[in-house]
Amino acid sequence: MSDLTSLTLAGALTGLRAKQYSSVELTAAHLTAIEAARGLNAYVLETPDRALAMARAADEKIARGEAGPLEGAPLGIKDLFCTKGVRSTAGSNILGNFIPTYESTVTANLWRDGAVMLGKLNMDEFAMGSSNETSAFGPVINPWRSSGSNAALTPGGSSGGSASAVAADLCLGATATDTGGSIRQPASFTGTVGVKPTYGRCSRWGVVAFASSLDQAGPLAKTVEDAALMLTSMSGHDVKDSTSLPVEVPNFADFIGKSPRGLRIGVPKEYRVDGMPAEIEQLWSRGVDWLKDAGCEIVDVTLPHTRYALPAYYIIAPAEASSNLARYDGLRYGVRAEGTVLNDVYELTRAQGFGDEVKRRVLIGTYVLSAGYYDAYYLKALKVRRRIADDFTAAFGKVDALLTPTAPSAAFGLGDKVDDPIAMYLNDIFTVPVNLAGLPALSLPGALDAQGLPLGLQLIGRALDEGTLFTLAGALEKAAAFTSKAKRWW
Amino acid sequence: MAIDVETVRKVAKLAHIRTPEDRLAPLAAELSGIMQWIEQLAEVDTDGVEPMTSAVAATLPMRDDVVTDGGDPEVVLANAPLRRGDFFMVPKVVE
Repeated sequence: MSDLTSLTLAGALTGLRAKQYSSVELTAAHLTAIEAARGLNAYVLETPDRALAMARAADEKIARGEAGPLEGAPLGIKDLFCTKGVRSTAGSNILGNFIPTYESTVTANLWRDGAVMLGKLNMDEFAMGSSNETSAFGPVINPWRSSGSNAALTPGGSSGGSASAVAADLCLGATATDTGGSIRQPASFTGTVGVKPTYGRCSRWGVVAFASSLDQAGPLAKTVEDAALMLTSMSGHDVKDSTSLPVEVPNFADFIGKSPRGLRIGVPKEYRVDGMPAEIEQLWSRGVDWLKDAGCEIVDVTLPHTRYALPAYYIIAPAEASSNLARYDGLRYGVRAEGTVLNDVYELTRAQGFGDEVKRRVLIGTYVLSAGYYDAYYLKALKVRRRIADDFTAAFGKVDALLTPTAPSAAFGLGDKVDDPIAMYLNDIFTVPVNLAGLPALSLPGALDAQGLPLGLQLIGRALDEGTLFTLAGALEKAAAFTSKAKRWW
Repeated sequence: MAIDVETVRKVAKLAHIRTPEDRLAPLAAELSGIMQWIEQLAEVDTDGVEPMTSAVAATLPMRDDVVTDGGDPEVVLANAPLRRGDFFMVPKVVE
């Protein structure tokens, strides 16, 4: 049998239903690939026994003709999702050997639909990072390398493990989360497709919280269709998350292949930044041409407050994080440091359990929320957030979607930005505004740069209009004909 | 605004993160750098702008005030670092 790991999710589901192979065979092939790719450090926990048990159950359901939409498909799960009975760490030491007694709604939805769990995927600690270098388990390595170089590149972050695993065929698709770009930037760096849906589309219940007004789950996948299949399963109203939207979930795959003719596409001039490689500009222009050729109307738009999105984000996200992470006190779960009085236990547990970037953000968040600074920083940032959201509302009065680059660079080297927090934060310059406004956005690979590294294009849509994004992404995917894979060296 | 060593000490205390003396000055420099970069928000005219407190315009749903879960101490205590009976064990809080 040829390599089952090179299948797309959609292709594998077709083969499973046609009984060309079993879920056990498909799952075993992925488990073997994962074992051989441990050097990428994509998985922090492999769950082969559970995977094979789930695969056997899926095969029985397929045999009985009771297959769910994702029946038998092996997936990887970002370690931010709590999985019942399976260690969940959020990439942090402070959670230690935390074994949830409950299942996140998003993963429960995937298992309901028949998916198989291969294991838990590496990530930046508490999803705070853009290079996966803040993980307590060490960085993930990008399967892509610059041509003629063996230097290790980052797969981006925080969903670096998910992105590397999808790009290296270590799963058919992966769950991920996006607070400021953590699905889309890794997708761009690894030649994969990533979707951050509308805030409230996926339940946040059982997903370890970073910044609750920004966090959204979404898929990382090999193709636009695969992303649509996963998102359809992951989405849905959940009474356990009061911000989850009580709206119908369409079958997102139905939007692919529809004609984008007549759709108006906005090109925001503020997404052209100093020092951006010419190749990214060129890909963006090509993307515009592809949509024009498909019958779209191109409209210049302005989002004047774009440059203030990152500084606003770096008040809002740390403020929410400092509050959310207050729960890690060493008393009820996770690791506890020894102390003779209660305050020592709190302070030493958090000093030993949190990594540097998490501490930095908790301190900033505590500072901007502290007496005397709340109005000047936190309230100001919330007002700027409104301005940014209003920019999008105005643009969507004229257009149906926006096209931008996903990230201002291709994948960079491990260690390149780790000592300069602001340089690291600037990676998310094109992705953060979308989180502040709660809108859906999708990144798909458009081309390779001169070094042979993938570059992504980002589509941004109106709230709850993921369908249009899938229609446009389908057209772009077809036009770009991006079929490159990382050459196997691991 | 520059953040001085005293402010870092105070904030670290508020955040319950024990921070050694020799880390205070480097942290003050790091956090000052970040906060100075954030200062550019002052350029934005936000007079009369309503703060945006949620990502989508939705009213929080109400539900009946009834117990929906619980009554299972084993589940609650499953990850306790230290327990006695059905309780979490913690160091002495009051003398």
